[in-house]
Amino acid sequence: MSENTVNGIPAAPHPLREFWSYFSENRGAVAGLAVIVTITFMAVFADLIAPYSPIEQYRDHLLQPPFWQEGGSAAFPLGTDAVGRDMLSRIIHGARYSLLIGIIVVTLSLSAGITLGLAAAFLRGTVETLIMRAMDIMLALPSLLLAIVVVAILGPSLINSMFSLAIVYLPHYVRLTRASAIGEMSKDYVTASRVAGAGVPRLMLITVLPNCAAPLIVQATLSFSSAILDAAALGFLGLGAQPPTPEWGTLLAEAREFVLRAWWVVTFPGLAILVTVLAFNLMGDGLRDALDPKLKR
Amino acid sequence: MGGDIPAHPALRPLHRLTVFRFFITRFGMVVPTFFGVTVVAFFLIRLIPGDPIELLVGERGIDPERHAYLLKEFGYDRPLWQQYLGFVGNLLQGDFGTSIVSREPVLSEFLTLFPATIELSFMAIVFALAIGLPVGILAAVRRGSVFDHTVMGISLTGYSMPIFWWGLLLIILFSGILGWTPVSGRISVLYYIEPITGFMLIDSLLIDEPGAFKSAFRHLILPTIVLGTIPLAVIARQTRSAMLEVLGEDYIRTAHAKGLGPARIIGLHALRNALIPVITTIGLQTGVLLAGAILTETIFSWPGVGNWLVNSIYRRDYPSVQGGILLIACIVITVNLLVDLAYGLINPRIRHAGRS
Repeated sequence: MSENTVNGIPAAPHPLREFWSYFSENRGAVAGLAVIVTITFMAVFADLIAPYSPIEQYRDHLLQPPFWQEGGSAAFPLGTDAVGRDMLSRIIHGARYSLLIGIIVVTLSLSAGITLGLAAAFLRGTVETLIMRAMDIMLALPSLLLAIVVVAILGPSLINSMFSLAIVYLPHYVRLTRASAIGEMSKDYVTASRVAGAGVPRLMLITVLPNCAAPLIVQATLSFSSAILDAAALGFLGLGAQPPTPEWGTLLAEAREFVLRAWWVVTFPGLAILVTVLAFNLMGDGLRDALDPKLKR
Repeated sequence: MGGDIPAHPALRPLHRLTVFRFFITRFGMVVPTFFGVTVVAFFLIRLIPGDPIELLVGERGIDPERHAYLLKEFGYDRPLWQQYLGFVGNLLQGDFGTSIVSREPVLSEFLTLFPATIELSFMAIVFALAIGLPVGILAAVRRGSVFDHTVMGISLTGYSMPIFWWGLLLIILFSGILGWTPVSGRISVLYYIEPITGFMLIDSLLIDEPGAFKSAFRHLILPTIVLGTIPLAVIARQTRSAMLEVLGEDYIRTAHAKGLGPARIIGLHALRNALIPVITTIGLQTGVLLAGAILTETIFSWPGVGNWLVNSIYRRDYPSVQGGILLIACIVITVNLLVDLAYGLINPRIRHAGRS
């Protein structure tokens, strides 16, 4: 916002610095980032932080409540599940799966989406029509439903649920890439590059693509949170990660039958999902404002 | 909705033509989408390892002679494009396949269960509107206040909510601890309701049995809240931002200058214009609602199409999955089309597009 002038010469801030100054204005976004960093730390060092193995069963401590409730003990701070596994350890290890799901889903659909979107923008004509029509068809089905269909074909597993979500989010990236690439292509710098003799691959990847990055980064953050949420939903329906994998949605699926007997096996995994998804959504909002000050309300 | 701007007589035929062209273009875009959905649904079953007869007999196995006979009998030995044409031909005659589990036509199973899903979705959207609209308006009017920040915070939380967990939490609180609401189903087992309209709230009134309606209503409360949460968050946010945009317009300042009271300005001048994007948002929530219905119905054992679809997947009843997906896609496409058309009719900027 404010321009620093030293001795009358405007000092151009480093782009990253400028970005940070916009980003840090948004307290929610910074809080989201802090939570994400914490969860990433938890996921990376899960083996060191978690008090127990996530699949070790302590048969003497079935459905033990958290430590502050009667019958609970500090040995199992968040209690144990129906076969005596430590809830805290399972949730800490679950962070690994959620982040992994987000990373893989976003990487897959982002790279495929950029490829198809650039192809549509540069080749136009029949190729563009075919690609965009196919994307319209995919958008006609509710995302979770489409993911369920794909999983129904491939069979329920963690890998297949990630793959199905990558397919489901594809249309958003294709549309976004195509729209911003077409917008950029009419600009002078692209024409200049073309006149200077740049070939199509160079124009695509080096001239145009970096200038489409901002909306793609925002979309990537937001679909990271959708991926975590939808993968958890698939896990909950028994169509995602399979037990004993400590994926958060799968934890909830296992906890369902104890809903009225042991609130802790239901409450904590869901809380972990909510906090993580909320953090990514907060950060996504902040990124959108910081990367595109024009959109700032 | 929205008073018609009286057109100059000379312009009227042109106007009608524009609307007509808008409708035709919009319909023209839907046809390939429908076509694509049938292709996807057709190849869905073909992608599963094993041919349809092997799927049909399942684990039991079948001797090769009978296998070949059945393949011929059901036409699976014909070229794929012929099979596809046959499939589309059947669809056009209302034949969406037959469930391998119940041996019932998929369409009639779907139609029996669909009212339960409509009832739940309708209640959810009413719930979301009843809270989302006033809260969004108030947040916009008191922009920057504590109320505004709280509403936006809660709505972002609602938007990030894993609704299957939210449902379980509500069950713990309202059914477990407080004992106010039932855990699952549409009505207490004490009442036997012969479906007349298929909507439990109406049917329970029609049978004239005391307590039946109350029981049906109590069963609806938690599922409604769970399914309505994400639409509520979306509607509150959308209403707020649409109101903020409208409140900054010149005609609002004019209305203030004319000395109109705030209630009249907000209720009449601002709200009417802010509602256009909000209505679109509501229409586009259909897909969200149907996807949410899958989770909500699973949690509350609600006998609707979402629950049925998930169970069909568990039972590997592929014809039901195929038919169900097709029907749901058709519903979503149709509703989105209707929303677009309604939007075109309400919004003068689209209605009169191409005239200037």
